[in-house]
Amino acid sequence: MILCFIEIRDGKIKKSSLETLAAGRRAAEALGLPAEAVLVGTAPEGAAAEIGAAGAAKIHHLQNPLLADYSSQGFALAVEGLVRKTAAQAVFFPATAMGRDLAPRLAARLGVSLASDCTAVSVSGGRLVFTRPIFAGKAILTLALPAGPAIATLRPNVFPLDAEPGPEAEVVPHAVAIPEGAVAGKVAEILGESGAAIDVAEADIVVAGGRAMKGPEGFARLSELAAVLPRAAVGASRTAVDAGWIGHSHQVGQTGKTVSPNLYFAFGISGAIQHLAGMSSSKVVVAVNKDPEAPIFKVADYGIVADLFQVVPALIAEIKALGS
Amino acid sequence: MNILVFIKRVPDTESRIRIDREAKSIVEEGLNFVLSPYDEYALEEALRLREAKGGKVTAVSFGPDEALSTLRKALAMGADEAVLIKDDLREAYDPLRIARVLAAFVRARQADADLILFGRMSVGSDNAAVPPMVAEMLGLPQATVVTKLEIGGQEAAACREIEGALEKVAFRLPAVVSAQKGLNEPRYETLKGIMAAKKKTVPVVTLAELGLSGEEAVPRVEILGLELPASKQAGKILPGTAEEAARELVRLLRNEAKAL
Repeated sequence: MILCFIEIRDGKIKKSSLETLAAGRRAAEALGLPAEAVLVGTAPEGAAAEIGAAGAAKIHHLQNPLLADYSSQGFALAVEGLVRKTAAQAVFFPATAMGRDLAPRLAARLGVSLASDCTAVSVSGGRLVFTRPIFAGKAILTLALPAGPAIATLRPNVFPLDAEPGPEAEVVPHAVAIPEGAVAGKVAEILGESGAAIDVAEADIVVAGGRAMKGPEGFARLSELAAVLPRAAVGASRTAVDAGWIGHSHQVGQTGKTVSPNLYFAFGISGAIQHLAGMSSSKVVVAVNKDPEAPIFKVADYGIVADLFQVVPALIAEIKALGS
Repeated sequence: MNILVFIKRVPDTESRIRIDREAKSIVEEGLNFVLSPYDEYALEEALRLREAKGGKVTAVSFGPDEALSTLRKALAMGADEAVLIKDDLREAYDPLRIARVLAAFVRARQADADLILFGRMSVGSDNAAVPPMVAEMLGLPQATVVTKLEIGGQEAAACREIEGALEKVAFRLPAVVSAQKGLNEPRYETLKGIMAAKKKTVPVVTLAELGLSGEEAVPRVEILGLELPASKQAGKILPGTAEEAARELVRLLRNEAKAL
């Protein structure tokens, strides 16, 4: 059985965990195994239908009052118990902030290694094979985890959901015993949650700016463009972040985030190698730059050699016209 | 405070990576190696905490002899001591193996550490898995991808970066914390620091001295292949004025690329 971790944030199931479940279901099918979901703490309303539709027939719901808030220690302990009880062959997590905090802790409890931020999972010779970018995508590693269970985190926005939705899942509750003192840290609060802000790593469209944005006002123009696009977020090059024009949580590249959106706009980004590494798995790339020799054009599907401050408002007008 | 910072020597982020497909490894020749960028934030935070609260900062690296120069940089930045845990194995991309070695080091040599700092991940292997694994092996709480750290006595609070927000985690020391960009602005080493670092000896510890049998230090990850990513063909340059090009772009994104 392949267990797939369902992440709840703000009382909702994170889309990336449904993608993980769909990937887990396909891998499990190739191995002749079922894929089942594991949900820790408070289950949102309608979870059984949503998780069933994404491909799991069964949800293991791990319960204890100490699991109401996320803690790496509490959640790792709870999931470890289920892995041992069910003798799961693999556990997949979304490669989100929570997944990447939790999965290694679980792996250490089980005495196994893990594959982080995978972009493909396949089955070869009856075992799971994981593909993961290293050096932020400058090289691609394929690996197996011979000492099971295999623990992996899967990159958001890469694995498609299944076209055929499954029926509602069966919920199996498990009471988890947590020894006194086993949880020494927990989430106290979430700061700055706007509800509307989509992280650059999870957005379908990334509107990114570089040195030629000239300042924070330039990024305000990009936010206006992002606002008229569906599920879009603003990204930035290291130069723009280091200049203080926008927060580092927007940085794309080897010392920022590695992104795989459907559509990536690079405005005034020359295309330093460490930036290209972070966005090269984008499906469609648009580059706008005054310099026709900028390396970004070598990886762009569509390029415009012009002043971005003229192109951005023109794009906003065109996209608004589409909507009306 | 007794603060431990684990640091790694990695290829600089401007590096072009070449692959030895036969050996399933990257070609190290010609690469410029640096202190992993996130580890600089971890080290800077350690130095600031020592300056505010007193104590000692020890920088530790697990790697080949060449990592000695990375440790010298840490000393030049202001670490009090540095230790090399010697590894003769090539990069195995196995976080469990590294975590086992580091946890064994802490148990054997630094059991009284109040705070164990890491960079959020080593640039290159990109796992971000060693800090939580070491925390688990030592039975300590963790805060990963931290952009703000506050410590008062044995109580600590950290802001960690999550999708579109910050998560505030409360925990007790001793603990493991991994540093994200934004935590601080790392200092440059001074000439005085560089000179002082040259005079310090850096002890070298072997895996056998840490009581790690051969079996425990064997990689658990089986590398099947290492490739360069598929190279991309340059696309179309759209002609005309900014308005014309923008109109054509939106048309192509809708009709050809199906991306809008």
